[in-house]
This record gives sequence, structure tokens and C-alpha cells, in this order.
Amino acid sequence: MEAFFSYGFVQRALLAGIFVAIACALLGVFLILRRDAMIGHGLAHVAFAGVALGLFLNVIPLVAALIVAVLAALGIMKLKEKAGLYGDTAIAIFSSVGFASGLLLVTFAHSFNVDLFGYLFGEILAIETTEVLLSIGLAGVVVLIVILNYHKFMYMTFDRDSAKVSGIRVDRLDVLLTILTAITVVLGMKIVGLLLVAALMVIPAAAGLQLASSFKQAILLSSFVALISVFFGLLMAFYFDFPASGTIVILSFLIFGLFFAFKREKRLF
Amino acid sequence: MALSANDSKTLIAVKDISFSYGYAKVLKNVSLDVKSGDFLAVIGPNGSGKTTLIKIILGLLKPYEGEVWIMGRRVEEFLEWQKLGYIPQKATHIDSFFPVSVYEVVAMGLLSKKKFTRLTKKEEELSIQNALEQVGIEDFKNRRIGSLSGGQQQRVFIARAIVKQPHILFLDEPTTGVDAETQEHFYDMLDALNKKEGITIVLITHEIGIVNRHVNKVACLNQRLIYHGTHAEFCHSKAFKEMIAGGHHLISHRH
Ligand SMILES: Nc1ncnc2c1ncn2[C@@H]1O[C@H](COP(=O)(O)OP(=O)(O)O)[C@@H](O)[C@H]1O
Ligand SMILES: [Mg+2]
Repeated sequence: MEAFFSYGFVQRALLAGIFVAIACALLGVFLILRRDAMIGHGLAHVAFAGVALGLFLNVIPLVAALIVAVLAALGIMKLKEKAGLYGDTAIAIFSSVGFASGLLLVTFAHSFNVDLFGYLFGEILAIETTEVLLSIGLAGVVVLIVILNYHKFMYMTFDRDSAKVSGIRVDRLDVLLTILTAITVVLGMKIVGLLLVAALMVIPAAAGLQLASSFKQAILLSSFVALISVFFGLLMAFYFDFPASGTIVILSFLIFGLFFAFKREKRLF
Repeated sequence: MALSANDSKTLIAVKDISFSYGYAKVLKNVSLDVKSGDFLAVIGPNGSGKTTLIKIILGLLKPYEGEVWIMGRRVEEFLEWQKLGYIPQKATHIDSFFPVSVYEVVAMGLLSKKKFTRLTKKEEELSIQNALEQVGIEDFKNRRIGSLSGGQQQRVFIARAIVKQPHILFLDEPTTGVDAETQEHFYDMLDALNKKEGITIVLITHEIGIVNRHVNKVACLNQRLIYHGTHAEFCHSKAFKEMIAGGHHLISHRH
């Protein structure tokens, strides 16, 4: 175990991974309850276009992906509102167009290379210091904003009209939540790869929701599942040479299964 | 409850409201007012626009004609939301898996108040405890709301609405799906809130029986306002006779 902690790249991976995974889990709870669980999946595909654009224009792919994902997230929101589309239709449109544009850009840029695969499949153990700092900083901001607006987010998720009648600016908070989601998806992409980032948003939160009988429990349990999955996922990746991203996701799924079985036995709380 | 010196102060003025969802007109030139201390029943058949009217009063929907004034301000400029309590129609049909405890739901009621006069944690807990006791659900406070019965859930929503000690309470068909005995308790409780605490109540219902026993004002709606006045006069009005003559016809037929 000591060897595990003594490597700089492991420390970086742990720090960034845990921060980002907790941000994913927190947002995941709200997204699932808002029936918006697929947005992570959709935005990840759009983020691919951002990465491709970054590689194409030779700017930092993470930053390009952040900008593209935030714009797309707002676009999905508007399309849902204005075109009267169901949420998943707007997401399906954006995610396929995003992925298609990404494919075109990547081909033009001749950048089907190792870099790109890192974004597709995650490269948490190869994460650079600047990216670690960026990830921790942004994930920290996301967590902080969620905590500061926790009660309002909870109220509007549970009972939107009543929240409005309490004077809560739900439209603004929608936008805030959407932007936070987009940022977090891109950070998660760096950790587990864009093919698996949706899992990081949905599975720990879904696990927490199995056993929670209060909102606080849901939030705490989900964060806990995220933390445990990243920690043991990296540990196994380090010792057994497993792919970190896949291991993290499978672990979180196993915990989900465990909680699910537990719930069926008897509600814990 | 702080009642103004002038008991018949107008709290809500609805002026010549018309509204449509798309092409279908739902409300036509509706005007009514609610005075301080009123217990107003808004009655009318299904689809007559009752819920729509309440949503317009609360600023959730915008009318294409007319305006709403709450406590002397246009609803668009109204700020003192902590003075209003609202129990939406679907409150009893909440997602039963939603992970939120009874205590947390009641605490939501204090959210808007925080912006103005911040309560301390102690004061908050005390108000929540009081509200829970007032509706008799303090034993359930740590239960997930979805695990309670419909009647118990309804009490939770009442507690959430009264925890901030509102001046006006809006209830949209609060007893749908609640058994008769619980209903009776529920309306006794509303009576107490109205008479003892001086809370003005706007109650949407299509149960005429309730109207007779508890309220002092009636607004009878069917896209247009058919009747608006005191309960005593309502009993002698044409609208009432039509309603009685039609039996449940008017109540349940139209869409
Ligand atoms: N969101 C909506 N979109 C379109 N039509 C609606 C909507 N909500 C209600 N309506 C229609 O408006 C009319 C009035 O509805 P509502 O105000 O809910 O009536 P009530 O509460 O009296 O039963 C009904 O005919 C209903 O079908
Ligand atoms: Mg209604």
C-alpha cells in the first residue's frame, strides 16, 4: 500500500479522480431525479467534438472541450424548451451531431493517435500536473456551488412550481446546473474517458438512491460510492495492471448491485 | 398571525384576466378579489380553469390579458413570497421513490424566508417542529415521504406551507385521494388556521359539501366567473341552484 501512495502519478490520479468523481455523483443525484440521466452520455459525445477541435486548432483539448460542452448543454436546454422536444430527443440530436463533427475534424487533422485514445478511454494514471490542478480546481468549484445551492436545487427538483412560488429563481438555477454538468462531464472524460463518463455520473448516484430515505443520505451515500470506486479502482489498476477507467466503473456497478440487493432484503434506514 | 388593522384589506386583486393554452381559451375576463381573513372556495367542474387561475395568480403562468395584484404589488414585481403558502394540485402524486424525508420537505418551506430575515438553525428547527406538531406528523419526521399514506403526505405539504407562517394559503384540490375521515380532520385544521391564526385561505375544490361547511366566500368558475360573493348569498344564487339541479352533472361532465 505504501508503494501505491509514494508515486507522484498515483497521488495526482487519486486527488483528481476523487474530486471529479464526487462532483459527478453530486450532480448525478439531481440529474437522475430530474429524469435527465442521459445528459452526461450526450454531452460526452459532444465533448469529443471539442477535443477534436482542440487537436485540429492545436489548442488544449480540455479547454476546447469545456467550451463546446457548455455551449451544447445550453443548446440542449433551449432546444428542449423552444422546439417542445422531449429531453432525450434533444440529447440524441446533439450527441450524434457532436460525435459526427468530431469524427470529421479528427480525420481532417490526421489526429487518430494516442492522444485521442486517451480521451476516449481515459488516462487517469497519465494525467499531467496542470490538468490535475485544473480538474481539482474546477471540480472543487462545482462541489462548492452544489453545496451552496443544495437546498434550492433539492426544492426545485422535488417540486418545481412550489419552489418558484417560494421566490426561487428556478430558470437561473437550471442554467447553472446545466453548466456545472457540462464542466463535470468534460473533467470526467479526462478521468475515465468519454465512453465511460456517463457511468460516473449515473452509477454512484443510482447506488446512493437505492438506500437513501432522505436527500442528505442520497448525497452522502452517492459521494461515498464515488470515492470508494475511484480509490479501489486505482489501487487495482496499480497492482494488477487493470485499466483504471473500466475498473472504476465496474466497481461502482458492483456497489450498486450490493445496495440493490440490500434494499430488496430490507430498507436500511 | 399579524393581521392588518383593517381586516377587509384586499390581499389579491385579479383584474380582467384572459388566458389560453395555444388556441383554446381557458379563462375569459375573470376578475375577483380576496380580502384579508377570507376563506374562499373556488369551485367549478373539471377543466373549468381553476388550476390555471391559481397559477396565474401566483405568477407561474402569464395571462395574455389582465393583471394580478398581490398585497398592493403587481405579481411580476412581488417579492414577499414568504408570505404565500402553496400546495399544488399534484402534491399527493409525488414520485414515491424520491429520497426526501418528511423533515426535509417541511424545511423547504423556510427557504424563501431566509433571504429576508435569516433564522438561526435553532429557530428553524423549532418552527419545523411546531409545524409538524400542528398537523400531527411529528412521529414521521425521519421517514421518506413516499412511504407515507396519501393523507399523511398531504399533512406534510400543509406543514411545509404553514411553517413560514404565511398570510395567504393556496390549496389546489388538497383532498383528492384522501379518505373521508382524514378529509374531515383536514378541513377542521384549515378552519383553525383561518379562524384562530387569521390565515387567508384560497381553496380550490369541486366538492360542494366542503363549501357549505367551512368557507365564507365562493367563486364559481367555468372559464368565466359565474358567481363571486359571500357563501350565504351563493346559496340563494342562480349558479348554486343550477349546480344543485344539475347534481354532479356540472361537476364532473365537462372537459
Ligand atoms: N399545460 C396545458 N397545456 C394545454 N392545455 C392545458 C394545460 N393545462 C390545462 N389545460 C387545459 O386547460 C383547461 C383548464 O385546465 P385546469 O385549469 O387544469 O382546470 P381545472 O383545474 O379546473 O380542472 C382544461 O381544458 C385543460 O385541458
Ligand atoms: Mg385543477
